[in-house]
Amino acid sequence: MSIKVIVVDYGLGNMLSVCRALEYCGAETSLAVTSKDVASADRLVLPGVGAFAAGIERLANQDLIDALQKFAKSGRPLLGICLGMQLFMSIGEEFGEHNGLDIISGKVKSLPPVNDAGDAVKIPHIGWGAVINAQNDDLWENSVLKGVKPGEFVYFVHSFVVDTNDKHLCIAQCVHDGIRIPAVIKSGNVYGCQFHPEKSGPVGMRIIKNFLAL
Amino acid sequence: MSSFRLIARLDVKGTNVVKGVQLEGLRKLGEPNLFAKRYYANGIDEILYMDVVASLYERSNLLSIVKEATKDVFIPITAGGGIRSVDDAAAILRAGADKVAVNTAALKRPEILSEISNAFGSQCVVLSVEAKRNPNGGWTAYYDNGREKSGEDVLDWIQQSGTLGIGEILLTSVDQEGTAQGFDMELIQAVTAAASVPVIASGGMGNMAHLVDLVGKCRPNAVAMAHVLHYDKLTIPDIRERLINKHIPVRSVPSCR
Repeated sequence: MSIKVIVVDYGLGNMLSVCRALEYCGAETSLAVTSKDVASADRLVLPGVGAFAAGIERLANQDLIDALQKFAKSGRPLLGICLGMQLFMSIGEEFGEHNGLDIISGKVKSLPPVNDAGDAVKIPHIGWGAVINAQNDDLWENSVLKGVKPGEFVYFVHSFVVDTNDKHLCIAQCVHDGIRIPAVIKSGNVYGCQFHPEKSGPVGMRIIKNFLAL
Repeated sequence: MSSFRLIARLDVKGTNVVKGVQLEGLRKLGEPNLFAKRYYANGIDEILYMDVVASLYERSNLLSIVKEATKDVFIPITAGGGIRSVDDAAAILRAGADKVAVNTAALKRPEILSEISNAFGSQCVVLSVEAKRNPNGGWTAYYDNGREKSGEDVLDWIQQSGTLGIGEILLTSVDQEGTAQGFDMELIQAVTAAASVPVIASGGMGNMAHLVDLVGKCRPNAVAMAHVLHYDKLTIPDIRERLINKHIPVRSVPSCR
């Protein structure tokens, strides 16, 4: 039997690519547009490409905020991709300050224009970057990263990064122009990937398969 | 430094991958997604689809090709040829492309670049430039797949486009394209120096020495390859390994030997 996954459709995201990648990994996908759809999911993906404020506004317009917060508390697997991950945070600082879903305590901040050495940081961060271990092997292997080797490459496209209040929630990072970027965050069964697993080749497929096995 | 990207370029006419010399005399090679799947399995970093007759006939087969690719190809996809409006870009992005490449429409009306950029972000806008060497030096931008001359100087056009919210530049040398005689190094050097965004070099690669020379001297951010891949002159794992041996940073791929 295939694993059922519901992908939240709020008009911001590469829905087709995300659904196809999930299907390739053995999932049966459907789209959630209402809070009832979200509540009914066994497993949920919040994708997203775009700006934080627009994302929250659309989720609010579709009355999905409360349903997503409840889903996150239920212990069922939830994966946020790129903007989807950023929307999990309490506050987003993109074009002013906006409240997020507050599923994970923390902020979404712009990538700094210069690193500690005073060198310019390219923004947006676009391209393949290596994931490195931010905590310990145990946490890595007991997460969606199981079987992925530190140093393997995934595909990033973003200008903003998450900053979780509890630093232990960040389990993988990527170094971009000297800046350490949270690449994967985990809080119980809630996961966020700053990169796009659906565009990250075999490594991305491994991560999606692990998510389906949670 | 971010890793140097290897892109497979699939020029498409109708439902076939085609390959010509200097963008002319197109030979049919087969179904686009068979190529895309093979290159994906061999560890290519990105796929680039260019509908080479779309501008000419004002239609495009790219939508269905890209949609089909999303079933098996899980890396960034760029599609170009016949993108004339924000709606065209929206349709191709919805079909699963991550970026759109625009040439003809941008030369006719440069604002289309900022319109697409404002709607979907600069990361998804690729300016495609077809450059042909002038007899008296410099290069002129061509369109309709190297058939028509715009009158626009390539380096002026690159500078002008810098304010229009583009994410990268796909630079094709019309003179070298399909010849396997090496890149137009002077062109690529001039464009990488003038551009404020990443440059993808395309046209003329026939062997590994061409690529190593290109990266060492011109420092583009990516290469778009067709001839060497389509005609099995080089394999992707081999290209990757030989770049690593030359200390050129590239993505490591698990399936790569």
